Amino acid sequence: MGASRAAESDAAHAPRHGVVVRVTHWITVVCFLALVVTGAEIVISHPRFYWGETGNVNMKPLFTIPIASSRDTVPTGYGYVMPDQNGWSRYLHFEAAWVVVLTGLVYGIAGLWSGHFRKDLWLGRGEGSWRAFAAVMGRYLRRGPPGEADAHSYNVMQKAAYLGVIFVLFPLVIWTGLALSPSFNSAFPFWVNVLGGRQSARTLHFFVSWALVLFLVVHVGMVVMAGFWSRTKAMITGR
Amino acid sequence: MNQITRRRLITGGVAATAGVAGLAAAARIAGRYGLVPPDCKGIYGPGETLTYAAQRVLTAHSLAREFPRSMISKTPFMNETAPKSDEFKRLEAGDFKEWRLAIDGMVARPGVYSISELKSLPMRSQITEVVCEEGWSYIAEWIGTPLSDVLQAVGVLPQARYVAYFAIEKDWWDSIDMADAWHPQTVLSWGMNDGDLPVGFGGPLRLRVPRQLGYKSMKYLTRLTVTDSMKKFGKGLGSASPEGGYAWYAGI
Repeated sequence: MGASRAAESDAAHAPRHGVVVRVTHWITVVCFLALVVTGAEIVISHPRFYWGETGNVNMKPLFTIPIASSRDTVPTGYGYVMPDQNGWSRYLHFEAAWVVVLTGLVYGIAGLWSGHFRKDLWLGRGEGSWRAFAAVMGRYLRRGPPGEADAHSYNVMQKAAYLGVIFVLFPLVIWTGLALSPSFNSAFPFWVNVLGGRQSARTLHFFVSWALVLFLVVHVGMVVMAGFWSRTKAMITGR
Repeated sequence: MNQITRRRLITGGVAATAGVAGLAAAARIAGRYGLVPPDCKGIYGPGETLTYAAQRVLTAHSLAREFPRSMISKTPFMNETAPKSDEFKRLEAGDFKEWRLAIDGMVARPGVYSISELKSLPMRSQITEVVCEEGWSYIAEWIGTPLSDVLQAVGVLPQARYVAYFAIEKDWWDSIDMADAWHPQTVLSWGMNDGDLPVGFGGPLRLRVPRQLGYKSMKYLTRLTVTDSMKKFGKGLGSASPEGGYAWYAGI
Protein backbone atom coordinates (compact mmCIF):
# COMPACT_ATOMS: atom_id res chain seq x y z
CA MET A 1 0.00 0.00 0.00
CA GLY A 2 1.80 3.08 -1.11
CA ALA A 3 1.29 6.47 -2.56
CA SER A 4 2.09 5.16 -6.03
CA ARG A 5 -0.89 2.81 -6.10
CA ALA A 6 -3.16 5.55 -4.85
CA ALA A 7 -1.90 7.83 -7.60
CA GLU A 8 -2.47 5.11 -10.17
CA SER A 9 -6.07 4.58 -9.14
CA ASP A 10 -6.58 8.36 -9.10
CA ALA A 11 -5.39 8.58 -12.68
CA ALA A 12 -7.69 5.74 -13.74
CA HIS A 13 -10.68 7.54 -12.28
CA ALA A 14 -9.68 11.12 -12.97
CA PRO A 15 -12.58 13.28 -11.85
CA ARG A 16 -14.63 14.89 -14.59
CA HIS A 17 -14.31 18.21 -12.73
CA GLY A 18 -11.62 19.20 -10.23
CA VAL A 19 -12.58 20.21 -6.72
CA VAL A 20 -11.88 23.93 -7.23
CA VAL A 21 -14.02 23.96 -10.37
CA ARG A 22 -16.88 22.21 -8.57
CA VAL A 23 -16.88 24.41 -5.46
CA THR A 24 -16.46 27.70 -7.37
CA HIS A 25 -19.13 26.61 -9.87
CA TRP A 26 -21.82 26.23 -7.23
CA ILE A 27 -20.87 29.38 -5.34
CA THR A 28 -21.12 31.21 -8.67
CA VAL A 29 -24.55 29.66 -9.32
CA VAL A 30 -25.92 30.95 -6.00
CA CYS A 31 -24.38 34.42 -6.46
CA PHE A 32 -25.47 34.72 -10.08
CA LEU A 33 -29.09 33.90 -9.25
CA ALA A 34 -28.99 36.47 -6.42
CA LEU A 35 -27.48 39.06 -8.78
CA VAL A 36 -30.08 38.45 -11.51
CA VAL A 37 -33.06 38.64 -9.16
CA THR A 38 -31.81 41.74 -7.32
CA GLY A 39 -30.65 43.34 -10.58
CA ALA A 40 -34.15 42.92 -12.01
CA GLU A 41 -35.64 44.46 -8.86
CA ILE A 42 -33.34 47.48 -9.21
CA VAL A 43 -34.24 47.88 -12.91
CA ILE A 44 -37.94 47.95 -11.96
CA SER A 45 -37.34 51.20 -10.06
CA HIS A 46 -36.37 52.85 -13.35
CA PRO A 47 -37.16 50.63 -16.36
CA ARG A 48 -35.80 53.19 -18.82
CA PHE A 49 -32.37 53.14 -20.42
CA TYR A 50 -30.29 55.95 -21.88
CA TRP A 51 -27.02 56.52 -23.69
CA GLY A 52 -24.34 58.99 -22.64
CA GLU A 53 -23.62 60.54 -19.26
CA THR A 54 -27.05 61.56 -17.97
CA GLY A 55 -30.63 60.34 -18.25
CA ASN A 56 -33.85 60.85 -16.33
CA VAL A 57 -37.61 60.86 -16.89
CA ASN A 58 -37.40 64.36 -18.43
CA MET A 59 -35.09 63.01 -21.15
CA LYS A 60 -35.70 60.80 -24.14
CA PRO A 61 -34.77 57.21 -23.35
CA LEU A 62 -32.84 54.91 -25.67
CA PHE A 63 -35.47 52.30 -24.92
CA THR A 64 -38.01 51.49 -22.23
CA ILE A 65 -38.96 48.12 -20.81
CA PRO A 66 -42.76 47.88 -20.92
CA ILE A 67 -43.32 47.03 -17.26
CA ALA A 68 -44.73 48.88 -14.28
CA SER A 69 -42.23 50.65 -12.05
CA SER A 70 -41.67 50.62 -8.30
CA ARG A 71 -41.61 54.45 -8.38
CA ASP A 72 -44.60 56.70 -9.02
CA THR A 73 -42.27 59.27 -10.60
CA VAL A 74 -41.65 57.05 -13.65
CA PRO A 75 -44.30 57.36 -16.36
CA THR A 76 -44.97 53.78 -17.48
CA GLY A 77 -48.58 53.95 -18.66
CA TYR A 78 -49.57 51.47 -15.97
CA GLY A 79 -51.99 52.65 -13.34
CA TYR A 80 -50.15 51.07 -10.44
CA VAL A 81 -46.79 51.18 -8.68
CA MET A 82 -44.92 48.02 -7.76
CA PRO A 83 -43.52 47.57 -4.23
CA ASP A 84 -40.08 49.07 -3.62
CA GLN A 85 -37.53 46.26 -3.23
CA ASN A 86 -34.39 48.31 -3.84
CA GLY A 87 -33.09 48.39 -0.26
CA TRP A 88 -32.37 44.70 0.28
CA SER A 89 -31.83 44.21 -3.45
CA ARG A 90 -28.93 46.66 -3.46
CA TYR A 91 -27.44 45.23 -0.25
CA LEU A 92 -27.65 41.67 -1.64
CA HIS A 93 -26.51 42.68 -5.15
CA PHE A 94 -23.21 44.03 -3.84
CA GLU A 95 -22.69 41.27 -1.29
CA ALA A 96 -23.23 38.63 -3.99
CA ALA A 97 -20.94 40.61 -6.30
CA TRP A 98 -18.17 40.51 -3.69
CA VAL A 99 -18.55 36.77 -3.17
CA VAL A 100 -18.62 35.99 -6.90
CA VAL A 101 -15.63 38.24 -7.65
CA LEU A 102 -13.54 36.70 -4.86
CA THR A 103 -14.67 33.24 -5.99
CA GLY A 104 -13.71 34.12 -9.55
CA LEU A 105 -10.31 35.22 -8.32
CA VAL A 106 -9.75 31.85 -6.64
CA TYR A 107 -10.97 30.06 -9.77
CA GLY A 108 -8.74 32.17 -12.02
CA ILE A 109 -5.59 31.67 -9.96
CA ALA A 110 -6.28 27.95 -9.49
CA GLY A 111 -7.08 27.62 -13.21
CA LEU A 112 -3.74 29.10 -14.21
CA TRP A 113 -1.86 27.19 -11.52
CA SER A 114 -3.35 23.76 -12.28
CA GLY A 115 -3.40 24.19 -16.05
CA HIS A 116 -7.21 23.91 -16.10
CA PHE A 117 -7.49 26.75 -18.63
CA ARG A 118 -4.68 25.40 -20.84
CA LYS A 119 -5.66 21.73 -20.69
CA ASP A 120 -9.46 21.84 -20.51
CA LEU A 121 -10.58 25.13 -22.05
CA TRP A 122 -7.97 26.42 -24.48
CA LEU A 123 -8.69 25.41 -28.08
CA GLY A 124 -6.64 22.38 -29.12
CA ARG A 125 -4.77 21.83 -32.37
CA GLY A 126 -7.12 22.11 -35.35
CA GLU A 127 -10.06 23.17 -33.19
CA GLY A 128 -9.85 26.83 -34.02
CA SER A 129 -11.22 26.43 -37.56
CA TRP A 130 -14.71 27.18 -38.80
CA ARG A 131 -14.91 23.63 -40.09
CA ALA A 132 -14.37 22.18 -36.61
CA PHE A 133 -16.95 24.61 -35.31
CA ALA A 134 -19.43 23.70 -38.03
CA ALA A 135 -18.95 19.98 -37.41
CA VAL A 136 -19.91 20.31 -33.75
CA MET A 137 -22.72 22.68 -34.58
CA GLY A 138 -24.06 20.25 -37.18
CA ARG A 139 -24.04 17.45 -34.68
CA TYR A 140 -25.96 19.54 -32.18
CA LEU A 141 -28.52 20.49 -34.82
CA ARG A 142 -28.97 16.86 -35.89
CA ARG A 143 -29.15 16.06 -32.19
CA GLY A 144 -26.61 13.33 -32.88
CA PRO A 145 -25.02 11.31 -30.09
CA PRO A 146 -21.98 12.87 -28.43
CA GLY A 147 -18.59 11.75 -29.65
CA GLU A 148 -16.29 9.46 -27.72
CA ALA A 149 -14.13 12.35 -26.51
CA ASP A 150 -17.09 14.34 -25.18
CA ALA A 151 -17.30 12.14 -22.09
CA HIS A 152 -14.11 13.55 -20.62
CA SER A 153 -13.31 16.73 -22.53
CA TYR A 154 -15.10 19.78 -23.89
CA ASN A 155 -15.79 20.22 -27.60
CA VAL A 156 -14.90 23.42 -29.41
CA MET A 157 -18.31 25.04 -28.92
CA GLN A 158 -18.30 24.34 -25.21
CA LYS A 159 -14.78 25.73 -24.95
CA ALA A 160 -15.72 28.88 -26.86
CA ALA A 161 -18.80 29.40 -24.68
CA TYR A 162 -16.92 28.90 -21.41
CA LEU A 163 -13.97 31.04 -22.51
CA GLY A 164 -16.39 33.76 -23.59
CA VAL A 165 -18.20 33.72 -20.26
CA ILE A 166 -15.04 33.56 -18.14
CA PHE A 167 -12.81 35.98 -20.04
CA VAL A 168 -15.26 38.31 -21.80
CA LEU A 169 -18.70 38.48 -20.18
CA PHE A 170 -17.70 38.25 -16.52
CA PRO A 171 -14.96 40.91 -16.84
CA LEU A 172 -17.38 43.11 -18.80
CA VAL A 173 -20.19 42.78 -16.28
CA ILE A 174 -17.77 43.65 -13.46
CA TRP A 175 -16.40 46.60 -15.44
CA THR A 176 -19.80 48.05 -16.32
CA GLY A 177 -21.11 47.43 -12.80
CA LEU A 178 -18.19 49.13 -11.08
CA ALA A 179 -18.56 52.04 -13.50
CA LEU A 180 -21.88 52.79 -11.77
CA SER A 181 -20.13 53.59 -8.49
CA PRO A 182 -19.71 57.36 -8.12
CA SER A 183 -17.06 56.80 -5.46
CA PHE A 184 -15.02 54.35 -7.55
CA ASN A 185 -15.29 56.68 -10.54
CA SER A 186 -13.89 59.54 -8.46
CA ALA A 187 -10.64 57.61 -8.10
CA PHE A 188 -10.66 56.13 -11.62
CA PRO A 189 -12.63 58.46 -13.92
CA PHE A 190 -11.47 56.69 -17.11
CA TRP A 191 -13.27 53.56 -15.90
CA VAL A 192 -16.67 55.06 -16.75
CA ASN A 193 -15.53 57.64 -19.32
CA VAL A 194 -14.28 55.02 -21.81
CA LEU A 195 -17.74 53.44 -21.76
CA GLY A 196 -19.26 56.71 -22.93
CA GLY A 197 -20.65 57.88 -19.59
CA ARG A 198 -22.69 56.69 -16.66
CA GLN A 199 -25.94 55.93 -18.50
CA SER A 200 -24.06 54.07 -21.25
CA ALA A 201 -22.39 51.97 -18.56
CA ARG A 202 -25.80 51.18 -17.04
CA THR A 203 -27.24 50.18 -20.41
CA LEU A 204 -24.20 48.01 -21.19
CA HIS A 205 -24.43 46.41 -17.73
CA PHE A 206 -28.02 45.50 -18.58
CA PHE A 207 -27.10 43.92 -21.94
CA VAL A 208 -24.10 42.00 -20.63
CA SER A 209 -26.31 40.65 -17.84
CA TRP A 210 -28.77 39.44 -20.48
CA ALA A 211 -25.93 37.75 -22.37
CA LEU A 212 -25.00 35.90 -19.17
CA VAL A 213 -28.63 34.89 -18.61
CA LEU A 214 -28.76 33.64 -22.20
CA PHE A 215 -25.63 31.56 -21.56
CA LEU A 216 -27.24 30.14 -18.42
CA VAL A 217 -30.36 29.08 -20.35
CA VAL A 218 -28.35 27.37 -23.11
CA HIS A 219 -25.99 25.83 -20.56
CA VAL A 220 -28.81 24.31 -18.51
CA GLY A 221 -30.53 23.21 -21.73
CA MET A 222 -27.38 21.37 -22.80
CA VAL A 223 -27.02 19.77 -19.38
CA VAL A 224 -30.61 18.53 -19.63
CA MET A 225 -29.92 17.09 -23.10
CA ALA A 226 -26.73 15.38 -21.91
CA GLY A 227 -28.46 13.89 -18.87
CA PHE A 228 -29.36 16.29 -16.11
CA TRP A 229 -28.75 14.05 -13.08
CA SER A 230 -25.50 12.48 -14.23
CA ARG A 231 -24.00 15.85 -15.24
CA THR A 232 -25.22 17.57 -12.08
CA LYS A 233 -23.85 14.73 -9.97
CA ALA A 234 -20.53 15.06 -11.78
CA MET A 235 -20.40 18.76 -10.93
CA ILE A 236 -21.09 17.92 -7.27
CA THR A 237 -19.03 14.78 -6.62
CA GLY A 238 -16.61 15.05 -9.53
CA ARG A 239 -17.54 11.58 -10.84
CA MET B 1 -4.89 6.55 1.20
CA ASN B 2 -4.95 7.14 4.97
CA GLN B 3 -1.78 9.18 4.80
CA ILE B 4 -3.25 11.45 2.17
CA THR B 5 -6.43 11.89 4.15
CA ARG B 6 -4.48 12.76 7.26
CA ARG B 7 -2.24 15.18 5.39
CA ARG B 8 -5.28 16.82 3.84
CA LEU B 9 -6.92 17.04 7.24
CA ILE B 10 -3.90 18.73 8.76
CA THR B 11 -3.35 21.21 5.92
CA GLY B 12 -7.07 21.91 5.83
CA GLY B 13 -7.12 22.52 9.58
CA VAL B 14 -4.11 24.81 9.42
CA ALA B 15 -5.61 26.74 6.51
CA ALA B 16 -8.97 27.10 8.29
CA THR B 17 -7.30 28.31 11.51
CA ALA B 18 -5.16 30.77 9.55
CA GLY B 19 -8.27 31.96 7.72
CA VAL B 20 -10.25 32.56 10.90
CA ALA B 21 -7.29 34.27 12.58
CA GLY B 22 -6.74 36.38 9.47
CA LEU B 23 -10.39 37.43 9.38
CA ALA B 24 -10.32 38.35 13.07
CA ALA B 25 -7.15 40.40 12.55
CA ALA B 26 -8.64 42.09 9.48
CA ALA B 27 -11.78 42.98 11.44
CA ARG B 28 -9.67 44.55 14.23
CA ILE B 29 -7.57 46.54 11.77
CA ALA B 30 -10.68 47.67 9.88
CA GLY B 31 -12.26 48.84 13.14
CA ARG B 32 -9.08 50.64 14.18
CA TYR B 33 -8.87 52.62 10.93
CA GLY B 34 -12.59 53.43 10.68
CA LEU B 35 -13.34 51.03 7.83
CA VAL B 36 -16.46 49.53 9.40
CA PRO B 37 -19.80 51.19 8.56
CA PRO B 38 -22.50 51.71 11.23
CA ASP B 39 -24.79 49.18 9.47
CA CYS B 40 -22.17 46.42 9.58
CA LYS B 41 -24.42 43.90 11.37
CA GLY B 42 -26.82 41.40 9.88
CA ILE B 43 -26.62 39.21 6.79
CA TYR B 44 -25.65 42.07 4.49
CA GLY B 45 -23.03 43.41 6.92
CA PRO B 46 -20.01 41.62 5.42
CA GLY B 47 -20.73 42.91 1.89
CA GLU B 48 -21.36 46.45 3.16
CA THR B 49 -18.17 46.41 5.22
CA LEU B 50 -16.11 45.15 2.26
CA THR B 51 -17.54 47.83 -0.03
CA TYR B 52 -17.05 50.65 2.48
CA ALA B 53 -13.54 49.55 3.51
CA ALA B 54 -12.38 48.99 -0.09
CA GLN B 55 -13.76 52.31 -1.30
CA ARG B 56 -12.38 54.22 1.67
CA VAL B 57 -8.91 52.81 0.98
CA LEU B 58 -9.12 53.38 -2.80
CA THR B 59 -10.81 56.78 -2.80
CA ALA B 60 -9.36 58.46 0.29
CA HIS B 61 -8.75 61.84 -1.38
CA SER B 62 -10.18 61.41 -4.86
CA LEU B 63 -12.45 64.06 -6.34
CA ALA B 64 -15.82 63.29 -7.94
CA ARG B 65 -15.87 63.89 -11.67
CA GLU B 66 -16.61 67.51 -12.60
CA PHE B 67 -18.07 68.39 -15.99
CA PRO B 68 -17.85 71.28 -18.43
CA ARG B 69 -20.60 73.88 -18.32
CA SER B 70 -21.92 72.60 -21.66
CA MET B 71 -22.87 69.30 -20.03
CA ILE B 72 -25.24 70.84 -17.45
CA SER B 73 -28.59 69.05 -17.89
CA LYS B 74 -31.29 71.17 -19.46
CA THR B 75 -33.96 68.98 -17.89
CA PRO B 76 -32.84 67.95 -14.40
CA PHE B 77 -35.25 65.92 -12.31
CA MET B 78 -36.46 67.08 -8.88
CA ASN B 79 -37.73 63.73 -7.56
CA GLU B 80 -39.36 64.88 -4.32
CA THR B 81 -41.81 67.66 -3.74
CA ALA B 82 -41.32 70.27 -1.04
CA PRO B 83 -42.09 69.47 2.60
CA LYS B 84 -45.78 70.02 3.29
CA SER B 85 -45.42 71.18 6.88
CA ASP B 86 -46.78 74.58 7.94
CA GLU B 87 -43.36 75.40 9.34
CA PHE B 88 -41.75 74.99 5.91
CA LYS B 89 -44.50 77.02 4.20
CA ARG B 90 -44.03 79.83 6.71
CA LEU B 91 -40.26 79.92 6.10
CA GLU B 92 -40.77 79.78 2.33
CA ALA B 93 -43.23 82.69 2.51
CA GLY B 94 -40.49 84.70 4.24
CA ASP B 95 -37.99 83.93 1.47
CA PHE B 96 -36.15 81.63 3.87
CA LYS B 97 -34.64 84.64 5.65
CA GLU B 98 -35.45 82.88 8.92
CA TRP B 99 -34.03 79.51 7.83
CA ARG B 100 -31.32 78.43 10.27
CA LEU B 101 -28.64 75.77 10.24
CA ALA B 102 -27.61 74.72 13.75
CA ILE B 103 -24.24 73.04 14.36
CA ASP B 104 -23.67 71.24 17.63
CA GLY B 105 -22.13 68.15 19.17
CA MET B 106 -18.38 67.67 19.43
CA VAL B 107 -17.39 71.16 18.41
CA ALA B 108 -15.64 73.89 20.37
CA ARG B 109 -18.04 76.67 19.31
CA PRO B 110 -21.57 75.46 18.52
CA GLY B 111 -23.32 77.90 16.24
CA VAL B 112 -26.39 78.82 14.25
CA TYR B 113 -26.11 80.14 10.68
CA SER B 114 -28.60 81.86 8.43
CA ILE B 115 -28.38 81.36 4.67
CA SER B 116 -26.88 84.82 4.21
CA GLU B 117 -24.27 84.09 6.91
CA LEU B 118 -23.35 80.91 5.05
CA LYS B 119 -23.09 82.92 1.84
CA SER B 120 -20.58 85.25 3.51
CA LEU B 121 -18.19 82.34 4.07
CA PRO B 122 -15.82 81.09 1.29
CA MET B 123 -17.78 79.80 -1.69
CA ARG B 124 -17.33 76.82 -3.97
CA SER B 125 -19.00 76.11 -7.27
CA GLN B 126 -18.79 72.69 -8.92
CA ILE B 127 -20.50 70.98 -11.83
CA THR B 128 -21.21 67.43 -10.69
CA GLU B 129 -23.69 64.68 -11.43
CA VAL B 130 -26.53 63.69 -9.13
CA VAL B 131 -26.88 59.92 -9.43
CA CYS B 132 -29.93 58.25 -7.96
CA GLU B 133 -29.84 54.68 -6.68
CA GLU B 134 -32.80 54.03 -9.01
CA GLY B 135 -30.57 54.59 -12.04
CA TRP B 136 -31.30 58.09 -13.34
CA SER B 137 -28.98 61.08 -13.19
CA TYR B 138 -28.46 64.72 -14.13
CA ILE B 139 -25.65 67.22 -14.09
CA ALA B 140 -25.94 70.63 -12.43
CA GLU B 141 -23.76 73.37 -11.09
CA TRP B 142 -23.87 73.39 -7.32
CA ILE B 143 -22.87 76.53 -5.48
CA GLY B 144 -22.40 76.64 -1.76
CA THR B 145 -20.22 76.76 1.30
CA PRO B 146 -17.80 73.86 1.71
CA LEU B 147 -18.73 71.91 4.83
CA SER B 148 -15.04 71.90 5.76
CA ASP B 149 -15.06 75.70 6.14
CA VAL B 150 -18.01 75.55 8.50
CA LEU B 151 -16.42 72.68 10.46
CA GLN B 152 -13.24 74.74 10.72
CA ALA B 153 -15.21 77.72 12.01
CA VAL B 154 -16.91 75.76 14.78
CA GLY B 155 -13.74 73.83 15.74
CA VAL B 156 -14.24 70.07 15.45
CA LEU B 157 -12.94 68.13 18.46
CA PRO B 158 -10.36 65.41 17.73
CA GLN B 159 -12.62 62.49 18.74
CA ALA B 160 -15.15 63.33 16.01
CA ARG B 161 -15.89 60.45 13.62
CA TYR B 162 -19.17 61.36 11.93
CA VAL B 163 -21.26 64.36 11.02
CA ALA B 164 -24.97 63.60 11.40
CA TYR B 165 -27.35 65.85 9.51
CA PHE B 166 -31.06 66.50 9.86
CA ALA B 167 -33.73 67.90 7.56
CA ILE B 168 -36.74 69.98 8.52
CA GLU B 169 -38.80 66.77 8.15
CA LYS B 170 -38.42 64.87 11.39
CA ASP B 171 -37.58 61.42 10.03
CA TRP B 172 -35.10 62.62 7.40
CA TRP B 173 -31.63 62.32 8.83
CA ASP B 174 -28.35 60.88 7.69
CA SER B 175 -24.62 60.95 8.43
CA ILE B 176 -21.24 60.88 6.73
CA ASP B 177 -17.81 59.94 8.06
CA MET B 178 -15.09 62.57 8.55
CA ALA B 179 -13.42 61.62 5.24
CA ASP B 180 -16.52 62.83 3.41
CA ALA B 181 -17.18 65.66 5.89
CA TRP B 182 -13.74 67.22 5.28
CA HIS B 183 -13.83 66.41 1.55
CA PRO B 184 -13.49 69.62 -0.54
CA GLN B 185 -16.54 68.75 -2.70
CA THR B 186 -18.90 68.21 0.23
CA VAL B 187 -20.81 71.46 0.08
CA LEU B 188 -23.68 73.11 1.96
CA SER B 189 -25.38 74.08 -1.26
CA TRP B 190 -27.62 77.15 -1.49
CA GLY B 191 -27.24 77.82 -5.23
CA MET B 192 -27.82 75.87 -8.41
CA ASN B 193 -26.99 76.80 -12.01
CA ASP B 194 -26.25 80.47 -11.21
CA GLY B 195 -29.41 81.03 -9.15
CA ASP B 196 -30.74 80.28 -5.68
CA LEU B 197 -31.30 76.59 -5.04
CA PRO B 198 -34.94 75.95 -6.02
CA VAL B 199 -37.18 74.34 -3.41
CA GLY B 200 -37.72 71.29 -5.67
CA PHE B 201 -34.00 70.60 -5.67
CA GLY B 202 -33.62 70.99 -1.92
CA GLY B 203 -33.63 74.74 -1.39
CA PRO B 204 -32.89 76.72 0.58
CA LEU B 205 -30.13 74.39 1.81
CA ARG B 206 -28.99 70.97 0.68
CA LEU B 207 -25.87 68.99 1.55
CA ARG B 208 -24.13 67.83 -1.63
CA VAL B 209 -21.98 64.68 -1.26
CA PRO B 210 -21.10 64.03 -4.92
CA ARG B 211 -19.05 60.87 -4.32
CA GLN B 212 -22.16 59.12 -3.03
CA LEU B 213 -25.61 58.41 -4.44
CA GLY B 214 -28.27 61.11 -4.42
CA TYR B 215 -29.99 60.04 -1.24
CA LYS B 216 -26.94 61.09 0.80
CA SER B 217 -27.32 64.63 -0.58
CA MET B 218 -30.11 65.49 1.81
CA LYS B 219 -32.50 68.36 1.12
CA TYR B 220 -33.92 71.02 3.49
CA LEU B 221 -31.03 70.87 5.94
CA THR B 222 -31.55 72.42 9.40
CA ARG B 223 -29.01 70.83 11.76
CA LEU B 224 -25.55 69.25 11.84
CA THR B 225 -24.26 67.26 14.81
CA VAL B 226 -20.62 66.22 15.05
CA THR B 227 -20.28 62.96 16.96
CA ASP B 228 -17.88 60.14 17.82
CA SER B 229 -20.48 57.39 17.39
CA MET B 230 -23.68 56.87 15.42
CA LYS B 231 -24.99 54.45 18.09
CA LYS B 232 -26.77 57.33 19.83
CA PHE B 233 -28.89 58.20 16.78
CA GLY B 234 -32.10 56.36 15.91
CA LYS B 235 -31.49 52.63 15.84
CA GLY B 236 -27.74 53.17 15.72
CA LEU B 237 -27.37 52.22 12.05
CA GLY B 238 -25.94 55.55 10.94
CA SER B 239 -28.96 57.07 9.24
CA ALA B 240 -32.64 56.67 8.48
CA SER B 241 -31.70 54.76 5.30
CA PRO B 242 -30.79 51.40 6.91
CA GLU B 243 -33.95 51.65 9.02
CA GLY B 244 -35.82 51.84 5.72
CA GLY B 245 -33.77 48.97 4.28
CA TYR B 246 -31.17 51.03 2.41
CA ALA B 247 -27.41 51.06 2.95
CA TRP B 248 -25.82 53.80 5.05
CA TYR B 249 -22.83 54.07 2.72
CA ALA B 250 -23.90 54.88 -0.82
CA GLY B 251 -20.63 55.02 -2.74
CA ILE B 252 -21.97 52.44 -5.20
